Amino acid sequence: MSGAGFVGAVIAFFASIGRMLLGILAAIGRVTLFTLRTITRALAPPYYPGAFFRQVAEIGWFSLPVVGLTAIFTGAALAQQTFTAGSRFNAQSTVPAIVVLGIVRELGPVLVGLMVAGRVSSAMAAELGTMRVTEQLDAMTTLRTDPYRYLIAPRLFASLLSLPVLVFVANAIGIFGGYMISVYKLGFNASGYLAVTRNFLQAQDFMMALVKAAVFGFFIALMGCYHGFRTAGGAAGVGRATTNAVVSSFVLILLSNLVITVIAFG
Amino acid sequence: MAAPKILIEDLAKKFGDNLVLDGVNLAIEPGESLAIIGQSGSGKSVTLKCILGLLRPDRGSIRIDGEEIVGARPGDMARLRARFGMLFQGSALFDSLPVWRNVTFGLTQGRSRDGARMRRIAEENLERVGLERQILNLRPSELSGGMQKRVALARAIAPKPEIIFFDEPTTGLDPIRADVINDLIVSLTEDVGVTALTITHDMASARKIAHRVAMLYEGRIIWRGPRDRLYDSGNPYVDQFVQGRAEGPIR
Repeated sequence: MSGAGFVGAVIAFFASIGRMLLGILAAIGRVTLFTLRTITRALAPPYYPGAFFRQVAEIGWFSLPVVGLTAIFTGAALAQQTFTAGSRFNAQSTVPAIVVLGIVRELGPVLVGLMVAGRVSSAMAAELGTMRVTEQLDAMTTLRTDPYRYLIAPRLFASLLSLPVLVFVANAIGIFGGYMISVYKLGFNASGYLAVTRNFLQAQDFMMALVKAAVFGFFIALMGCYHGFRTAGGAAGVGRATTNAVVSSFVLILLSNLVITVIAFG
Repeated sequence: MAAPKILIEDLAKKFGDNLVLDGVNLAIEPGESLAIIGQSGSGKSVTLKCILGLLRPDRGSIRIDGEEIVGARPGDMARLRARFGMLFQGSALFDSLPVWRNVTFGLTQGRSRDGARMRRIAEENLERVGLERQILNLRPSELSGGMQKRVALARAIAPKPEIIFFDEPTTGLDPIRADVINDLIVSLTEDVGVTALTITHDMASARKIAHRVAMLYEGRIIWRGPRDRLYDSGNPYVDQFVQGRAEGPIR
């Protein structure tokens, strides 16, 4: 390769990195503007309480079965894993403590977040994306109804408030799953198990779970609405928006989980 | 002479490198019905979306009764939109709402209120477009394409707008239903005094509903004239288009 050719290749390499970084910064800027626009418009009337409660039912109530199943199986599996691993160094008695801390601090919020993201974020992106490509969003604007107030704000606030409730329920069910397998399969004393669970669970753990849940709920709805709102290119575009919504929700949930955990315990 | 209801001057819009509108000039008088014809992709829908404030033009001016809408604040734009009605090409009905709430959406802005009165208003407007009250509670997905179009028209006229925009109002309708819609548009302009701007490929419809016709080609209005001159325009582009010939200056 000639000297000029080598220099050109190096420049092209750094240019591609620069383009990627600029693309990421532009995306962050767009999401930030979208968020600010939604919040500022949601604060001014008209308000849509009916749309908000429908979304609470859709996001919260209808997610309960999948969240409950995920929590009970995970709590039970965690108890069995902890018991098996602990038996190698005589630490079987740590099962109730590890189950309660593992579920409340980490597995409850993260698994609920991921399950709801898979169910809700994709549905929001598909619905809003279809509305975009079929001109329903334009029609709404011409009928003097702001889609940010009517469609986005109810979803965002319903998700923000529903996720903590879902995580609270999931934590209780997850602990119950661990209790069931510990008492009825692993031979733990029921009252002793519950006493250890109560002793190890602190208000700080509980608060952190709720904070994580609220943050995850915000990101789930934000990604679903943002990608749905920006859909272009017909049915294929709706498919891309749905995929992008789920993937970006997952990434943001896992990233924000790490950040909150490090801030709380770092 | 009264000021134009809609005055478009030097309107330009580009998407990437694709120059869609390149200096459109058009004036529509109060109570006039004007049809814009042109090939697919010639910028007809973009022109409508610029007037409705759904797209921001790169250059030019759009005035409604002398009030500039390019760069208007959201509050001013919302006030102006209260005077508009719009029939979208694909109907754009809200899938999640029943027909009666679709028809009255412009009156309620999506809020559930005054249900009995809204149902009555929906029924009256559906009757105007030749539909019966049995469909009030159906969802748009339960209707045929032609019925969806007529429900969308009922939605556009329900708030009694001063200006109505029609994007391909007769597409997807059988000839008889298309004529019902044409008659309704004529009645809106002749009897109610509504100003209408229609985009259409349907020459029979253009001749029936429009007082004047304008042709958009490569981002500019290349011809405008009374409907009676449509087949006798002396413009080779218009002649080729209205006669549907493959040979001619339009490639």
